[in-house]
Amino acid sequence: MVGEKNDGLLLLDFWVSPFGQRCRIALAEKGLPYKHVEEDLFGGKIDFLLRSNPVHKKIPVLLHDGKPINESLVILQYLDEAFLGTPSFLPVDPHAYTRFWADYIDKKVFDFGTRLWKLKGEPQMQARAEMLQILRTLEVEIGKKEFFGGEHGFRFVDATFALATAWFETFESSGEFSVAEVVPSLAVWAARCGERESVAKSLYSPEKVYDFIGRLRKKLGIG
Amino acid sequence: MAEPVKLIGTFGSPFVHRAEVALRLKGVPYELILEDLTNKSELLLRHNPIHKSVPVLLHGDRPAICESLLIVEYIDEAFDGPPLLPIDPYDRAMARFWAQFIEQKCAKPFWMALWLNDGDKREVFVKEAKENMALLESRLHGKRFFAGDTVGYLDFAACGLALVLGVLAEVTGLSLVGEDEFPLLRRWADDYTSEETVKACLPPREQLVAHFSGKKDRIKLAVNAMACQM
Repeated sequence: MVGEKNDGLLLLDFWVSPFGQRCRIALAEKGLPYKHVEEDLFGGKIDFLLRSNPVHKKIPVLLHDGKPINESLVILQYLDEAFLGTPSFLPVDPHAYTRFWADYIDKKVFDFGTRLWKLKGEPQMQARAEMLQILRTLEVEIGKKEFFGGEHGFRFVDATFALATAWFETFESSGEFSVAEVVPSLAVWAARCGERESVAKSLYSPEKVYDFIGRLRKKLGIG
Repeated sequence: MAEPVKLIGTFGSPFVHRAEVALRLKGVPYELILEDLTNKSELLLRHNPIHKSVPVLLHGDRPAICESLLIVEYIDEAFDGPPLLPIDPYDRAMARFWAQFIEQKCAKPFWMALWLNDGDKREVFVKEAKENMALLESRLHGKRFFAGDTVGYLDFAACGLALVLGVLAEVTGLSLVGEDEFPLLRRWADDYTSEETVKACLPPREQLVAHFSGKKDRIKLAVNAMACQM
């Protein structure tokens, strides 16, 4: 299995996508070399992407020796199960709680985050209230821990959420709140993640994300 | 001595069903606690404060496990017995991916379509559901169940679809899927609901029809309100 130069791993991605970045963080944490292909989502999908992912036509897609895997959390779990010699992301014991938090983050953070910058008026106020509730729930979960992975350090849930920190500035300006004020432990955790090599290499600056969202809003005719 | 297993659920829920089938296939004895979701118990709210939904699995003194597909994976890992998910990592990744696909892209739009008042909005959901079901249909070629010869993870992940195609079509009087459409999926739905272990924890069809008929107005209200926000 570990014979080829890059273990036959290829990641189809788009630079700002938090879901693609999540996969990059996991691959870096595991020390797995891979080929990285950036898709231009506004320039029309390349044929290769459509052939790999006929069902969703979305990035990220991980190809392992030509076999496609879609959905970032499915990819993360796959990397843990297929590459047993690498540092494990999921705890050895039944990982229901880890999966629960990753699932919660996946379902809530990006959904309400998107509504925050896309909507206006009353619906936006509702999204803001929900977002604050979500962040407060996560604040309770991190508690006094250094990482969500607890004694295991930076793990699955941290990788799932780490990239959201690049989006905090965008959420903050759309929602008009300060992350450091509302959820101080989470803000400290985010800074700590940012210092980690795997995250620093995969994340783009908050300013760049904010700028991208600004251009996207103009393109969509919002605000 | 084995630690007690309790499952908090509610009548007729395909999500609760997933957890029940998983426990039965593993041969794990459990106590089923049925909730009235219009009047949630302190037990439920204490163990699932975040989503406040069923199913919730309580295994001994451990913190509660929530979200049906996560519960199924937990049951697979925590108890001995025949595996519920495939062994090979790639097959596991595929099973997880398709489970999400079935829930989000097939069952959910169908559910919405069944209860919506607005005919145009309904058409949009039906179109989406059918496009995705065509992709799903192709997964059943040459197979009795999604998991192969016997039921597995992907089959109980898809149980909501069986409910939508059968019982709910009768309750709403809407046959969104034609007699000649998706023959493999219809056959799968019949095979699944008549499988021995599944049947043992599935209420009789007449009871399910009566149950959902009784909730019809409440469901319609909730779904139409949700659709306005989408």
